[in-house]
Amino acid sequence: MKTWVFSTESDGEAAGSALEALTKARDFGGELGAVLVGEGSEAALAQLGAHGATTVLHAADNTSSGVIAAGVAAAVEAEQPDLLIFGMGNLDRDVAGRLSARLGKPILANAVDITEDGGTWRVASEILGGSTMVVTEFAGGSPAIVITRPKVFAAEPSGGGTPTVTAMDTPDIGHADAVEVLSQHAETSEGPDLEAAAIVVSGGRGMGDEARFGALNELAGILGGAVGATRAVVDAGWVPYSLQVGQTGKTVKPDLYVACGISGAMQHLVGMKDSTTIISINKDPEAPIFGISDLGIVGDVHTVVPALVEALKARG
Amino acid sequence: MKIVVCVKQIPDPASPYQLDPESYFVVRPNDQVLDDTDRYGVEVALQLSDELGEDASVTLLSMSPGGSQQGIRQALAMGADGAILIEDETLRGADALTTSQILAAAATRAEADLLIAGTESTDGYTGVVPQQVAEIMGVPALTFARKVEHVDGKLRIERQTQAGYDVVEGALPAVLSVTSGVVEPRYPTFKGIMQAKSKPVETLTAADLGVTAKVSQKIVSVEEVEGRQAGDIIEDDGEGYLRIIEKLEEVKVV
Repeated sequence: MKTWVFSTESDGEAAGSALEALTKARDFGGELGAVLVGEGSEAALAQLGAHGATTVLHAADNTSSGVIAAGVAAAVEAEQPDLLIFGMGNLDRDVAGRLSARLGKPILANAVDITEDGGTWRVASEILGGSTMVVTEFAGGSPAIVITRPKVFAAEPSGGGTPTVTAMDTPDIGHADAVEVLSQHAETSEGPDLEAAAIVVSGGRGMGDEARFGALNELAGILGGAVGATRAVVDAGWVPYSLQVGQTGKTVKPDLYVACGISGAMQHLVGMKDSTTIISINKDPEAPIFGISDLGIVGDVHTVVPALVEALKARG
Repeated sequence: MKIVVCVKQIPDPASPYQLDPESYFVVRPNDQVLDDTDRYGVEVALQLSDELGEDASVTLLSMSPGGSQQGIRQALAMGADGAILIEDETLRGADALTTSQILAAAATRAEADLLIAGTESTDGYTGVVPQQVAEIMGVPALTFARKVEHVDGKLRIERQTQAGYDVVEGALPAVLSVTSGVVEPRYPTFKGIMQAKSKPVETLTAADLGVTAKVSQKIVSVEEVEGRQAGDIIEDDGEGYLRIIEKLEEVKVV
């Protein structure tokens, strides 16, 4: 058995999704490897090793996704891994998609579990906002290519040492230089880390506009929580993408999730439905968010939230 | 420049989805709507086309049971010139890779200089089709664009990243995937809706495109998940915030 996981690298750290995938892949036994795109720092390599990877195929940052996919495809043909696990990141999806097409193998996405039985790989995924679980079997030969949802497997170190690193061959694909990164920009947000926070105060379109969305910063501050947002709010440019909760944003599982002016589109629910306690405020009594809320207030966020803030302040 | 935009007709997300109990495929009603996330790609295409003038055309590309073609007409009403619909019983339940092979073959046949798609569909969420299509077409992909500009014959985008955004430039031909923050899609005008009724929709089969649907994945079970139950849902009478405080006390947040 041979499993490879895909990892990007940021500030000298391997991707959390890769460490989670390595931990899961230890269940299957055999050889574990990683494909690392980034600087290739000692720290990132050590993290991958500590979670079970014994080999790392390394490609430099800013290698085009087409070249990485071709490089991984060549390595797959030479080394014949049985299973390839990717995360939900943008580069993960760029490389996984291209690799799948290059190898002529399907991808199963949104995995919340992976099982193997007599050489057959099966993937469980949640559809329709998490209300239905589908189990799908690969019937196209190896490798099985899987994209997993964040945080479904807990990352735990196995105590492995530094892995053996091989530089990825970067084949000529004809259009490697057609895409060029001209500049990189950071959009930072203040406050606690959304993914690690025990309390998340999140807002949707129902907050009205960027200025009124700002009221949630105060509530989050009082509760000691982080601010999150729906895709619609991020797309409207009120807050940066790093605050997005949902299918293509962050997956959060805080002790408390306060949903303000959020209707509860399926793509949002999958990112927060496993929060321990959910409190929602929305003016539409039919809003799907109420279906998963422990407490739902049918009302105007612009009166309920300020009243709540004042009352909490008065308590000191 | 020939711009081809992928659009998907999906069952109306406002009504509950049904799965066929035997095949487990989503039951597709006769009236399907345009996937909302595709309106952004259509708008980007129309804006590029407006900028380029008469040398540009916008063709929609869709693979689905056509039904009443309601979803496609919605996108035509925004201003696209025509549509290609791949409708084929053998493609029912096709996986993302088969879908990508079909879309790539159709885009190549239409001599697309630029193929635009949303980052993922609202009903399937696989989120890899644009990249697969690019690989099959052998062209670069500009993905997760939240802003698109046409500069000196190239496309310059802001690519959404975890930290913020990258400014990325790419030559054509290419595949472009856009987020739903990229532009504000126009609403069809009455004139647009009337014109959409007579715009050409070319219907093709998998065989016309030389693609054979392969079964490379199989659904083995579908089960309802024991979901969390709704708790107290109450109408705010001006003191709803007190109920929230009670709940915060109960879970020991305050």
